[in-house]
Amino acid sequence: MARSMEKYLRPEVKTTPFCPGCGHGVLMGSLLRAIDQLGLDMKNTLFVSGIGCAAWIPSPNFAADTLHTLHGRAVAFATGAKAANPDLKVIVISGDGDLASIGGNHLIHAARRNLELTVICANNMIYGMTGGQMAPTTPQGHLTATSVQGNPYRPFDLVKLVKGAGAPYVARGAVTRPYELIGYLKKAIASPDFAFVDVLSPCPTQYGRRNKLDSAGAMYERLRGLCQESAEGTCAPGDAGDSLRLGEFND
Amino acid sequence: MPLRTVTNPVKAGSRYLSGNDAAAEGAIAAGCRYYGGYPITPSSEIMEYMSRELAPRGGAFMQMEDEIASISSVVGASWTGSKAMTATSGPGLSLMQECLGYAAFTETPVVLVDVQRAGPCTGQATKVGAGDLMAVKWGSHGDYQVVALSPWSVQEMFSLTVEAFNLSERLRVPAFLLAEEATGHLRERVDLPESLEIYDRDYQPHEPPFGCDEPDGIPSMPRFGDGENLLVTGSTHDRWGYRKTEGPAFHDALVRRLSQKVLSRKAEICRHEGYYLDDAELVVVAYGFTARAALRAVRQARRGGLAVGLLRLITIWPFDDELIRRVAQGAKGFLVPEMNLGQVDGLVRSAAGDTPVKSLTQVNGSTISPASILAALGEMR
Ligand SMILES: Cc1ncc(C[n+]2csc(CCOP(=O)(O)OP(=O)(O)O)c2C)c(N)n1
Ligand code: SF4
Repeated sequence: MARSMEKYLRPEVKTTPFCPGCGHGVLMGSLLRAIDQLGLDMKNTLFVSGIGCAAWIPSPNFAADTLHTLHGRAVAFATGAKAANPDLKVIVISGDGDLASIGGNHLIHAARRNLELTVICANNMIYGMTGGQMAPTTPQGHLTATSVQGNPYRPFDLVKLVKGAGAPYVARGAVTRPYELIGYLKKAIASPDFAFVDVLSPCPTQYGRRNKLDSAGAMYERLRGLCQESAEGTCAPGDAGDSLRLGEFND
Repeated sequence: MPLRTVTNPVKAGSRYLSGNDAAAEGAIAAGCRYYGGYPITPSSEIMEYMSRELAPRGGAFMQMEDEIASISSVVGASWTGSKAMTATSGPGLSLMQECLGYAAFTETPVVLVDVQRAGPCTGQATKVGAGDLMAVKWGSHGDYQVVALSPWSVQEMFSLTVEAFNLSERLRVPAFLLAEEATGHLRERVDLPESLEIYDRDYQPHEPPFGCDEPDGIPSMPRFGDGENLLVTGSTHDRWGYRKTEGPAFHDALVRRLSQKVLSRKAEICRHEGYYLDDAELVVVAYGFTARAALRAVRQARRGGLAVGLLRLITIWPFDDELIRRVAQGAKGFLVPEMNLGQVDGLVRSAAGDTPVKSLTQVNGSTISPASILAALGEMR
């Protein structure tokens, strides 16, 4: 982490819990840069996360109020905190398994209610913490600990899902394109509405290893090849279909 | 001092109310300013009342998508400094269990009103039961404590809801109002006081929010936004909230402190009432709505010359086994009537020593009649 971002980290925390090459570290840095550029008051910002590797992005790293909750329930905890104290800026950051599988119902209902919450999904398309099982975002045909023949199901396109549930601001970024990502995160955090950012984030340990992308470098190259973005923030299809299109998806 | 006397914000005086409405008014009076819930019979009127009354008082009401979300939102709201509550019945309680453990482990004050219906499963949605006593105490995994109070009247639906908030805030534990459908839907006259004592959360700046020096201590509780950089986690944590999942002795000490902070205060928490106990040979131990029938049966038995008394348990959890032990010394037998297959009976038995205990159980969706209790007493003489 750049020295200039250290002011947002707890001095007591000396190392990140992430594996070498994990995209969650880049996402963490991008989020702090977005916060820095916005000049967000950390004293009035609450970070809420569920359970999984991604849930450790704010907890315990961020020097702010953090609420590390139960698997899948981050958005529901955040809803109560925001409703009870509307002056708090509430940012949820958690994994794709956490937000879209066990917590999918909370995600769509929060989008529907349009309470001012920022929800950031660290989407590595797999369950990292529990050892690489299939997630609702795993691309069809890809290998996981519970789909050794290849995932037979279609992945969720989280952008379409959350947009369909009514969220006014929805974007998809990737840790391979941090500058665009910081831009999306800034817009989402500054939004007075429910805002959602799906962030593609490689997991070399669980995902890469199984899908013949053993090195972090190979995973980043693959993600770069998959993700495309056009100049105006409209989307260009990547070779793995809609669920990897980058950009902002506003009406 | 966190305990203070306030003017009752709800209309004082003599009123005619349903139990569920009285519980909602008790919550408002205790200072509840957040309600997150999901409709379920026979508790829904509490939610409907809160949906009307919270916003005008600057509070927030959220109808959540399910009970998991409801209790999760209540925990989130509680950490912002709001007194927070949800209400439910059997199936909803089952869904709340994981987060109940979260609240206990993170020492989050929350009040849960469980208006019990006949279970298990969907059971008889509109009919009475008292089958959740063990579920509120043992339903979440691991070891933890809760407080559970058992009202027998509409009056107590009000006053024990206030008490549940006070205990929950003071001890930083989940507290239940463990009512039954019959009391929730009962309508009777209540006297609502002009003023009442309520307990506000104790916050000492820069004190560790999750631990103190006493092995049964209750730490100070800040809010989000107080500038304490709070770390709240359901993982094993040190006194500042840092995850600390290595070290067997550490986890052991934490779980024991959380338990002891409730168990060591039994004398303060546990309440009961005794009727005709002085010379009673047979003692009916009853709680909740069943205690009403039991009191009637005891009076009838007295008129028939039987030396019987009633021990009415108001606090169910923590369980006052010391009280049972004391009463057992003068008694020849206990009768425990319950609208379940004997949940408190087992607790009484384990405390009663040599005193015989007879269980009267009924799970047919209706209340136990005084006649059934009288008949059971007759069999015991
Ligand atoms: C109720 C419950 N079920 C299952 C688990 C086990 N669990 C912990 S993390 C996790 C998956 C996390 O995956 P994801 O949200 O994608 O985050 P990642 O680790 O990939 O960043 C699961 C299933 C749990 N903690 N709680
Ligand atoms: S398992 Fe995957 S997601 Fe978890 S820290 Fe390692 S690389 Fe990151």
